[in-house]
Amino acid sequence: MLDLLKEPVLAVQEFVVLAGRAFQNIFRKPHYFDDVILQMDTIGVGSLVVVVLVGLFSGVVMALQMSRALAQYGEVEKTGTLVAITLARELGPVLTAIMMAGRNSSGIASELGSMKVTEQIDAMRALGTDPIQKLVTPRLVATCFMLPLLTVIADFVGLFGGWVIAIVKLHLTSRLYWTSSWQALEWNDVAQGLIKPLVFAVVVSLIGCFYGLRASGGTQGVGRATTQAMVAATIMIFITDVMITEMFVSQGVS
Amino acid sequence: MAETGSPSVLRFENVTVSFDGEAVLRDVSFEAFEGESRVILGAAGSGKTVLLKTALGLVQPDSGRVLVFGKDLGKMREGQLFDIRSRIGMVFQESALFDSLNIEENVAYPLRNQKSIRCPAGEVHGRVEQALDFVELGGTLEKFPAELSGGMRRRAAIARAVVTAPPLVLYDSPSAGLDPITAHTIMALLIKERDMTQTTTILVTYRYQDGNLMANFRYNSKQGRLEPARHSDGPLPCTTFMVLREGRLVFEGDQDRLESTADEYISKFCKHRE
Ligand SMILES: Nc1ncnc2c1ncn2[C@@H]1O[C@H](COP(=O)(O)OP(=O)(O)O)[C@@H](O)[C@H]1O
Ligand SMILES: [Mg+2]
Repeated sequence: MLDLLKEPVLAVQEFVVLAGRAFQNIFRKPHYFDDVILQMDTIGVGSLVVVVLVGLFSGVVMALQMSRALAQYGEVEKTGTLVAITLARELGPVLTAIMMAGRNSSGIASELGSMKVTEQIDAMRALGTDPIQKLVTPRLVATCFMLPLLTVIADFVGLFGGWVIAIVKLHLTSRLYWTSSWQALEWNDVAQGLIKPLVFAVVVSLIGCFYGLRASGGTQGVGRATTQAMVAATIMIFITDVMITEMFVSQGVS
Repeated sequence: MAETGSPSVLRFENVTVSFDGEAVLRDVSFEAFEGESRVILGAAGSGKTVLLKTALGLVQPDSGRVLVFGKDLGKMREGQLFDIRSRIGMVFQESALFDSLNIEENVAYPLRNQKSIRCPAGEVHGRVEQALDFVELGGTLEKFPAELSGGMRRRAAIARAVVTAPPLVLYDSPSAGLDPITAHTIMALLIKERDMTQTTTILVTYRYQDGNLMANFRYNSKQGRLEPARHSDGPLPCTTFMVLREGRLVFEGDQDRLESTADEYISKFCKHRE
């Protein structure tokens, strides 16, 4: 039983050490700004299309679903309210982060994993660079910038999707839709909607790096690390989502 | 063998290294001196790579001490380790060139990143070209590692390891996986580097021919090729052989002793003398 627990406990410990060093390095020289910019490009700009699509369709679906539920109470005009709240609090951050887990946690894990199994990580250390400083920290910083940004984009595109349904299918006026959605948002929705993607960014980038750096056993090991990173990041997104939501709810501000 | 008077370059004292509770280096002790060549023979999985990584401080021993240039790696912080590593060149088994960088950037990497090297930015390009010319790989600066053949990648890795002119160079199976002709040219480069700069060289290999070349040939810079050492003047390069078996050092000595040994595992390595 104890042996069974040893492995995961050691892994968590290793992860915490990695996270600690990755954050420390943000404030330490040398800074690899070029790598941060490069990662912002691959992580952020590269994910734009998929995030826009996911945001759009979740807004459309939410508007359709909510309008049916609201019709039972004769309050179809509140569609904008519900779309705005669900997008800002939950769907925007969570769906964007899950797309990033699928695209970037796994991408980071396979990139660092192949560097690990071909001894490039060792070479990096032998040639004077700290792989955490050079590889992990830039990915962490870049994701922490891009994920909130992408989430906001997904939110707005989702609102736009809801608007299309409101006009075309529910025959609401534009004005009604936008004012009801705008007024629905309070500061704590916005806070939730920005804190969540920041936490998810840490999860997505560090889990990708973690599994990549501990890959072993040739190309097979890289494949394994890639899948593990994606699954672990997705699960951790849901767990941290529950924790953050619970914090906001229990503060009574929600 | 130990040249008396030469300073110690690399010293292992009862070093044991294990992964997940399994020892891959067991109680290994030896000492290499300045100017010496060492050939470490061993079957696949005998711990040759781990030994080199331990010498670089990339792997921490569970017990025992590793001293590089007389300094104990176990007593160093990461920053000091980087200083020591900047004085050691390492050629990894599969070259370990950075896939995302082209050959010029790869070779320039230690010049730009080793803090204690302090190469002025204006000199980097010249030194990279010089190192690539040394391994006869000029004209590939813009290429990426994936575009090169295995032998060319090996050459680029050698250029990257020696561009900083380190006094100690470690080679991890530099001829593994190459055809015999390419393997020979790589070995010729190794000996050229050793003889032109008098670096201490540690060569890990499972091919006895490589060790034999190391021990008995030298680089003739006038003719630009290898020649048997006995035909040229000057002292012979001193070459010591070691044999690793399942993490244990089972032999240390010169070539004559190696070839006259009765041990079956050890003599298997020197059956195929060219
Ligand atoms: N990072 C590691 N984790 C676990 N086991 C390792 C690691 N590196 C090497 N080993 C094991 O150590 C043994 C020796 O490996 P190595 O030094 O690579 O052998 P070789 O002599 O072929 O270079 C092998 O059994 C290998 O599986
Ligand atoms: Mg090896």
